[in-house]
Amino acid sequence: MSYITKSPWIIHYDGSSCNGCDIEVLACLTPMYDVERFGIINTGNPKHADVFLVTGSVNEQNKNVVKQIYEQMPEPKVVVAVGICANNGGIFKECYNIQGGVDTVIPVDCYVPGCAARPEAIIDGVVKGLGILAEKREKLRQEQLAAKSGAKAAPQAMPVLDDPAEAKEEEA
Amino acid sequence: MVKMIICVVAYLILAPLIGGLLAGIDRKISARMQGRVGPSILQPFYDVLKLLEKEKITVNRVQDFYIACFFLFVIVTGCMFFAGQSLLMVMFTLTLASVFLIVAAFSSNSPYAQVGAEREMLQMMAYEPMVLIACVGFYMYTGSFDVYDIMETPHMPVVYLCGIFVGFVFILTIKFRKAPFDLSMSHHAHQELVGGLKTEFSGSTLAMVEAAHWYENVFLLGMVFLFFSNGEISGIIVGLVVCLAAYFLEILIGNSFARMKWQVALNSSWLVALILGGCNLFALIFIG
Repeated sequence: MSYITKSPWIIHYDGSSCNGCDIEVLACLTPMYDVERFGIINTGNPKHADVFLVTGSVNEQNKNVVKQIYEQMPEPKVVVAVGICANNGGIFKECYNIQGGVDTVIPVDCYVPGCAARPEAIIDGVVKGLGILAEKREKLRQEQLAAKSGAKAAPQAMPVLDDPAEAKEEEA
Repeated sequence: MVKMIICVVAYLILAPLIGGLLAGIDRKISARMQGRVGPSILQPFYDVLKLLEKEKITVNRVQDFYIACFFLFVIVTGCMFFAGQSLLMVMFTLTLASVFLIVAAFSSNSPYAQVGAEREMLQMMAYEPMVLIACVGFYMYTGSFDVYDIMETPHMPVVYLCGIFVGFVFILTIKFRKAPFDLSMSHHAHQELVGGLKTEFSGSTLAMVEAAHWYENVFLLGMVFLFFSNGEISGIIVGLVVCLAAYFLEILIGNSFARMKWQVALNSSWLVALILGGCNLFALIFIG
């Protein structure tokens, strides 16, 4: 069994959010919602994190930051886009400096809609992300086993939500 | 000899279990103090097992070697203590382990880890005098540095070493990495140094650091126990109760204070070492 779903550590990055979603993310840590009861810790360090929570859209200045945080996280990892701006750019979509949602830079596994996304929705999104995290862990383990035995990696059996459209349909 | 082997094996097997459980209880009690439900008591075990499942990312290979040495020497420290070896030797081994942790953090060249390592050195400067005074105090009282000799004293050492005991509990705040003195790294989220000392450790390396803390904490509580052992059952019961009380006190302190500057940590712990430790040593000289 995988322990990764029992201890998901989170890094939270604010793209160009209006801070509405950020406050809701922090609200998840308060005694009211207390995500630590699921073992969730807000680490602030990509090297310790399993779940990447992004709020706000990606702009020209922070796209490299988002990429870098993503690359520094060790596998297995999932990305959860929180709020409509992180999903597709939201109200800022037409701005000259906005590139769009987070999926324009890094693969997003889970989309949490809302403006601002409610804490319940964020927790729900992270828990959905944990399912994907467990699948990724299983895939990684099989690859490691295959690499050890010298054989080729086993063909992937689990569906991976790389396609944003597909994932959005599921969210809806 | 048989007793020694049993103690060492028991430490090797039980210390991570007890240490992990204590860490879980710590998180649960802290959560309740903050009005939260808190994670499962087994959460620290889940965390470490998860870290072992993660991909291995390391800044450089030598860092993992230093962390392995840190882990090894922390275990050696506890083994020597529970094997009844010289208290001085035990403390020097613990210092060596801490030095390996600091060197590991420096080797990464990350600014966060480096500042964390510098603060860890300041913390060592802060607590080392009190630790040495505790060793000397035990020697002056019992005439021996050997742990088993100290355990066989007819009266509880704390009666004559009360000042040193209070001073030792004071520096435990630093060793347990509790606020107000969790300068170099903290178990809590979001500090100004990202992860401080452990910023660049991830996966199994971080798991080793966590497990080393469990071993270290059990050894430190063993030191607290030593103040109350008189070779009888009553001493063992009182010692265990005081260990738990000291641990609870550290949790309470950790939750009631904000982090302070390193100057406060250094000045206050040297002051405590000088006043409580120094006066106690002088008193021991006059008592003879």
